[in-house]
Amino acid sequence: MAAYILRRVLWGVVLLVLVSLLTFAIFYVLPSADPAQLRAGRDASPATLHQIRVSLGLDKPLTVQYWTFLKHLVLHADLGYSYFSGASVGSLLLDRLPATISLTLGAVVIWLLAAVPLGVVSAVRRGTWVDKLTTGGALLGVSMPVYWLGLVALYLFANDIGKLPLLPGAGSYVPFTHDPWKWLTSLILPWLVLASTFAAVYARLLRGNMIEVLSEDYVRTARANGLSERRVVWRHGLRAAVTPLVTLAGLDVGLLLGGAVLTETVFGIPGIGRLNYDAITHADYPLIQGTVLLAAIFVIVANILVDVAYAYLDPRVRET
Amino acid sequence: MSALLRVEDLHVAFDTRDGTVQAVDGVSFAVAPGRTLGIVGESGSGKTVAATSAMGLVRGPRVRTSGRVLLDGEDVLEASAERLRGLRGATIAMVFQDPLSALHPLIRVGDQISEALRAHAGARGLSRAAARARAIELLDQVAIQDPRRRVDAYPHELSGGMRQRALIAMAIANEPRVLIADEPTTALDVTVQRQILALLRRLRDELGMAMVLITHDLGVVAETADEVAVMYAGRIVEQAPAAELFATPQHPYTWGLLRAMPRLDAPAGSALVPIPGKPPSLIGPPSGCRFHPRCAYVRERHRQVDPELQPVNGAPEHRVACLLPEAERRALWAGLAAESVR
Repeated sequence: MAAYILRRVLWGVVLLVLVSLLTFAIFYVLPSADPAQLRAGRDASPATLHQIRVSLGLDKPLTVQYWTFLKHLVLHADLGYSYFSGASVGSLLLDRLPATISLTLGAVVIWLLAAVPLGVVSAVRRGTWVDKLTTGGALLGVSMPVYWLGLVALYLFANDIGKLPLLPGAGSYVPFTHDPWKWLTSLILPWLVLASTFAAVYARLLRGNMIEVLSEDYVRTARANGLSERRVVWRHGLRAAVTPLVTLAGLDVGLLLGGAVLTETVFGIPGIGRLNYDAITHADYPLIQGTVLLAAIFVIVANILVDVAYAYLDPRVRET
Repeated sequence: MSALLRVEDLHVAFDTRDGTVQAVDGVSFAVAPGRTLGIVGESGSGKTVAATSAMGLVRGPRVRTSGRVLLDGEDVLEASAERLRGLRGATIAMVFQDPLSALHPLIRVGDQISEALRAHAGARGLSRAAARARAIELLDQVAIQDPRRRVDAYPHELSGGMRQRALIAMAIANEPRVLIADEPTTALDVTVQRQILALLRRLRDELGMAMVLITHDLGVVAETADEVAVMYAGRIVEQAPAAELFATPQHPYTWGLLRAMPRLDAPAGSALVPIPGKPPSLIGPPSGCRFHPRCAYVRERHRQVDPELQPVNGAPEHRVACLLPEAERRALWAGLAAESVR
């Protein structure tokens, strides 16, 4: 297992280099605004422009630029400085990370707490009104884009513009360390909005898995042993049906930690997603590179953790 | 000795999209403690449905059941879900065909046995440690080597024979009075088959269980059963003490089964004779005698008249549902037996 993980980590590093190379290439190949121009302002003289180019290292050949970036990153764990604000990319990322982590972890808890009972109950009571309601709700949940649902939620419940001003609205995010209560209330709407789509998908997936598992021979054995129906469903059934869900949840969390761009933007949450969005609008190459690499790290780590978790959850894959 | 499990005129029908499947159509049998009834038939003959009904496992909105299944005098078909739960695994237990799929792949074997034990521990309860100790005893009882280590194994870590032993350990965990074994050896190697049958016989005698052995293999029946019921298309077509059945089989279907069975004592070169045709659909079974489309001795009358299970002259425990005159049947079988020896 240890050797396996080590191999996966090494592959992850290779992947990160490739991702950074690709990000770099795309940034320079695609027609985007000239970072020096953006920085200098509209009426800057050619001399100023040249000076900015030199100070940012933009005058050097692309290969040298990339090499410099890589060298700083590997030797000093230094991602460089934002073209736009001049702040270090590392500190910008660290500043924004807590908001994204708060948003993601809260949402994953909510969507799992919603999806597991809904999926199990609609599988057990297949065809009844509970099942039909869940199926309909799931369809609705999958069909509503996050940004639309977010705006509707704000329109209905935000305490500034809402019809039923119950909860803090957009731009109300407060770090947990400042005020835990405000942190919690400001995140309820974003959590629910972000979780709704995932809850719908997960509930449907679990329902399908459960229906399949409940027709397995070992479930019949459990019944034949006189176990209570609750134990048959929630232990023997769910134990087997939930494994793919855990895998998926790991991957989704990894993806979201790289920034839930839409949700963060709609609700004005200062997270990684928003940072990435701003970096792109400012043609802020070092910041784009930083956010993309961070997202890639989360996805790679999530993949490794999911594999480890899978081996833990299913003894049959442990030996191989 | 009075019967522990008595099935009376059992009918089980499933409503499907294509129509009603009459899986079991008026079956009766009884098993006494310490005795074994073998139920023999092809796939789809209704033998598994008949036996699993006794566990109350065949229930649902699309299932229609009538008749009685008396377990020590109590009608299982009428029992509440909670009462059934109490009976299953405790009074009546089951060993399934494919031990790999019948064991939960993600739960340790010992834990699955412990769970079965604790489900019937009653109000006093059973501690985890005590259940585990008992699980080790049970694994030892079914002759699994090194039970202390195997108790923590997952099913995929065991061989096929060991899995079936573990499944049997689970079934006898609460010392049930009736054990239903549904094709317990079909998924196993021949050598392992014999060991498992020997184990089942030993446990039956040790625990004084009434056993129902469902199989398509007459060889398995010959070794283990005291009495045999041959099922065809949802009905029992012949029923007799095992020795009697093998000595003087009465039904052409039974003859077919016997002639299709490989025998070590048969002379070299003697051919196996398969039964022609396929088992009938149970949605619209054939008129008259259900076996008539495949029977070599069919008469016009057999296509209309439905034979009843009747005692054979001079052998009240041997019953057969065949319209052929008894003298003719004896003559036919004598001829067939001589032919297969030749």
